[in-house]
Amino acid sequence: MKQYLLSVYQPEGTPPSPEVLEEITRDLDDLRAEMKAAGAWVFSGGLNAPSTATVLRPAGGNVLITDGPFAEGKEYLGGFTIITAPDLDAALDWGRKLAQATTLPIEVRPFSDGAGG
Amino acid sequence: MGPGADTRVPAVPAPEISRVFREEYGRAVAVLARHFGDIDIAEEAVQDAFTIAVQRWPADGLPPSPAGWIITTARNRAIDRLRREAAREDRHAQAALLHARSDPPEEGAVRDDRLRLIFTCCHPSLGVGAQVALTLRLLGGLTTAEIAHAFLVPEPTMAQRLVRAKGKIRDAGIPYRVPREADLPGRLGAVLAVIYLIFNEGYTASSGDRLTRDDLCAEAIRLGRLLAELMPDEAEVAGLLALMLLTESRRSTRTTPGGGLVLLADQDRCRWDHGLIAEGQAIVRRCLRLGRPGPYQIQAAINAVHSDAPTVAATDWRQILQLYDQLAALAPGPVVALNRAVAVAEVDGPDAALAIVDGLDLRDYHLFHAIRADLLRRLGRSSEAAAAYEAAIAHTENAAERDFLRRSRQALSRA
Repeated sequence: MKQYLLSVYQPEGTPPSPEVLEEITRDLDDLRAEMKAAGAWVFSGGLNAPSTATVLRPAGGNVLITDGPFAEGKEYLGGFTIITAPDLDAALDWGRKLAQATTLPIEVRPFSDGAGG
Repeated sequence: MGPGADTRVPAVPAPEISRVFREEYGRAVAVLARHFGDIDIAEEAVQDAFTIAVQRWPADGLPPSPAGWIITTARNRAIDRLRREAAREDRHAQAALLHARSDPPEEGAVRDDRLRLIFTCCHPSLGVGAQVALTLRLLGGLTTAEIAHAFLVPEPTMAQRLVRAKGKIRDAGIPYRVPREADLPGRLGAVLAVIYLIFNEGYTASSGDRLTRDDLCAEAIRLGRLLAELMPDEAEVAGLLALMLLTESRRSTRTTPGGGLVLLADQDRCRWDHGLIAEGQAIVRRCLRLGRPGPYQIQAAINAVHSDAPTVAATDWRQILQLYDQLAALAPGPVVALNRAVAVAEVDGPDAALAIVDGLDLRDYHLFHAIRADLLRRLGRSSEAAAAYEAAIAHTENAAERDFLRRSRQALSRA
């Protein structure tokens, strides 16, 4: 079994209406329950806006604190799910369901062997 | 050591060994990749086995089953090597050995092994360039240098592309299996697209001095035949093979001895390869009986209609237009609409065709300008035609196509 990180990429701008958001939340709850039932779920969470981030940089023996996010972009990491799956196709199946639930693009990326699987 | 080493048959010449290499490389890599669960180990082992074959076969003769000899020799060599590495605590080698122990080889699975390898090479999570390179390397047995040469990229670039692609297969866990029924249409589409891309790059090299690169066409057809043999019930697989065979049948008449381009209408039809035409047309007829039309089958049928006409004047343009209507309904897009317009010009006249062409957003595609130029020429609008030829010349990197377009533009001023 391998572990995969499913990242949700969110566009900058106004969030969807409360009704739409409610539906997305419901779909995500259902999907998480499905992942848990299948034994695939490891961890998941949604993140606050990038403006709430703080960046730490090593600088000459010290660590410098600055306002985040680390990288400005039109899309940012909005949340993520970590799953275990036997292979990429199985991970992509979960990723497809997550894309449908969030209505957002999902990046599926394997953990390197040393640090997970 | 090998099973055929003691078989006494006449000596084997070197070309015979390279023929076996080209025919059996993909099969051997496919079997061993399944056996060891690792493509690099499979490739290395198969190359080792062929190195031994080159040393032994010339004196010992060809073994009764060259493929079986290669696979057995490769497997034995790989296991010897992996055991040495596993003894030195190499985790990767230990995993491969474990995989091999839990997966006893079975001859009947060979057919599926090659299919698995095709679907792994053409996995949609790999870039198209990587899919093409992997397919040519692992199934076609082309060397990295040959693939680099065919696609006009430096050899280190191609080598890096292959290393990265194989690394992704391993690290991302791209599975080594035929997709399940539900995913098959989409996944098969990617495989067909890779084979057709290889064929097209061979048929009209996207850049360079020569119009065609024959080796790529031959390799694409070989892969098409293999896939048709492995998936006999897939109509689009048959359709793609027929399309390539019918296109290939005209290749020798498509260029002048000097390498210049000759259009379909001006080709010497007696010199078309009638063996390939008969084979392609038979497949098209079989596809029609299957009754599951798809874009490759329809394009093959269009080519079959051209192949049926003994002269340009005898071409059944109405039937071709009907097929393009069907194609446009199944696979709509500006390039299909552009090709359909060529048939419209023959059936309804260049005026009607130009109205369609002018509505298409294909300004970066040289054939858009070339077809527009020809329609304007037929309508007697010479200065606009000349400008369209100029635009077509500016948008192609292929020297033979550019020469042809220059001559067409010059012919305008003489008319």
